[in-house]
Amino acid sequence: MTLPFTDRTWLWLAAGLYLAGFIQGSIALFKRGRPAGGATYALILLGYLAQLAGLGLRGRAVGSCPLGNAFELYQFTAWSAITLYLVVGATFRLSLLGYFTACLASTVTLVSLLFPSWDAGPRVRIFGHNPWIELHAALAVFSYGVFALLALTSLMFLLRHFSLKSKRLGGWFSFLPSIRDLDHMGVRLLAAGAAILGFAVAVGAVHWARPETVVNLEKVVVTVAVAGAAFLLLLLRLRGVLLARRFAVACLILYAAALLSLVTVEPGRGRVPARPAPAAR
Amino acid sequence: MSNGHLFVIGATHHRTPIEVRERLSLDADGTKALRDQLAALPGLREFTVLSTCNRIEFYGVAAGPEVAEQVGGAFCRRQNFDPAEFARFRIDLRDAAALQHLVEVAAGLDSQMLGETEIFGQMKQAYAAAQAAGNTGPVLNRAFQKAFQAAKQVRTQTAITTGQVSVANVAVELAGTIFGGLSDARILLLGAGEIGEKTAKAFQSRGAASLTVASRRLERAMELATALGASALPFEQRESRLAEFDIVVCATSAPEIILPGAAVRAAMARRPARPLFLIDQALPRDIDPTVAGLENVFLYNLDDLARIAEENRAAREAETLKGRTIAGDKARALWQQVAAQVNGAGAGPTVEPSRSAGAASVPESR
Repeated sequence: MTLPFTDRTWLWLAAGLYLAGFIQGSIALFKRGRPAGGATYALILLGYLAQLAGLGLRGRAVGSCPLGNAFELYQFTAWSAITLYLVVGATFRLSLLGYFTACLASTVTLVSLLFPSWDAGPRVRIFGHNPWIELHAALAVFSYGVFALLALTSLMFLLRHFSLKSKRLGGWFSFLPSIRDLDHMGVRLLAAGAAILGFAVAVGAVHWARPETVVNLEKVVVTVAVAGAAFLLLLLRLRGVLLARRFAVACLILYAAALLSLVTVEPGRGRVPARPAPAAR
Repeated sequence: MSNGHLFVIGATHHRTPIEVRERLSLDADGTKALRDQLAALPGLREFTVLSTCNRIEFYGVAAGPEVAEQVGGAFCRRQNFDPAEFARFRIDLRDAAALQHLVEVAAGLDSQMLGETEIFGQMKQAYAAAQAAGNTGPVLNRAFQKAFQAAKQVRTQTAITTGQVSVANVAVELAGTIFGGLSDARILLLGAGEIGEKTAKAFQSRGAASLTVASRRLERAMELATALGASALPFEQRESRLAEFDIVVCATSAPEIILPGAAVRAAMARRPARPLFLIDQALPRDIDPTVAGLENVFLYNLDDLARIAEENRAAREAETLKGRTIAGDKARALWQQVAAQVNGAGAGPTVEPSRSAGAASVPESR
């Protein structure tokens, strides 16, 4: 079956639906004083399906997981975050999380669409015919989606913390989950993100160890650094060193760093051999 | 055209003081006896008696204009209450206005504590009893069932039930915003007075895991602990065992601080990842106010709780207009459906559900 639009058309449609979810959620919150709930969830779900179609078309065209440039990386990260939200949000009935997710997804996808240069130029076939390295990349970017959701729950934690400390509990603050639930969710998301990224790095390391492999050293360093930071944060939280507000702020910084690192892990940047080619030895 | 009409007469907390409501209140046996009496009243085709601590109301379908008066008269005779005095307090609403009142009562819009949900259950019981006794017919059956649906709609489409309006319930609601569920929350009550007891009971009713009572008089603590199904703790152990608790309710009459900052800091050092909710209901205050700045410590005093309760009350008030609009729309639609049955021979005029609609209506003060 052939879909009627190009991949970018579907992705524009997805971004529009995420934006509609955000606007609809804003109207519900600020005009009616309650989260939109089901309506926001439905718009995000439709956006998710449109994005899935767009990424699917792109994947079919390039013959692999669409992670070949900055545009695709940001799109895939947003898609990963939405995937998790659709599971977590429905399970925990976190209607306000949907609002924040719609905000984040619409921002990331629209920004990536508004810069055509991110999706221009020669596209590198990064995976060759190696499914393991494709798995590595997909898992790594998916973990960034987990960190995106972690950032949102951390933001909600800070808002809840502010409302409790400043004793302002009315209005839309009343729709935030409890501070303990948000804290638990943050720990679980961080653990999940760190585990997925750690596994992705391990899969990649097997590939990087091969003598014929050409790797981007900067990318390796940045990815390992993000994974290391995630594990360190988790360790500090579990040992009771980094707690509550400071933990939430650290999670936000982790996500910001992960998002910025996507620029450096963009495929095709500074690819250098992992070790000298056999002929040069 | 027939003189048939739907009516509600009675007395409510709006214009009837508590000492009068006490004289008007009916117990279960009294209600049953009155129902039997009313069932024999000529011209009263259907009726339901609603008796709560805040209202006594008679909903009925009458064949003529004198019937509602006769219902009021029968009630006054039974209660040995002067009918002329009853007329001073009485509400008397007809047709669509009566239906609007029915929806508003079911939705909690007419309650003393705006938006409370207990009245919904009380109305259901009153209706079920009337139905079982064969006092209701097609009009009241439809009216009550539709009123229950409309009441649910009012509750879901407005915020009249959100936010607690009593200090004890505000404290419990706050605990929910900190801990989520209370099923694993351990509560320490310091002080065995009435205020603390009320708050502790509110926590217990919401399923708190355990309650421990400590008072400067151990025997009083043990007495209250026994009454509440809780355990007692020697007062002097309050600081050393503070880390074991998630919620601490302080309501002593001690003239000085009984939970100093150092004790709270020491407790938090032993449980840094678990939030501690401190409720200071005492005056003078029991808890060192500087602990409010500690990480994972949430301190609320009496003023804070009272202010939140007042804000919630104001927010509910602001929603009543929206609720009454929904109730009015539903009442109008319902009246269109039952008017023909009420009027007997043919559909009567549609009366706008305004407070002045009743023939001898005495508008309730809002």
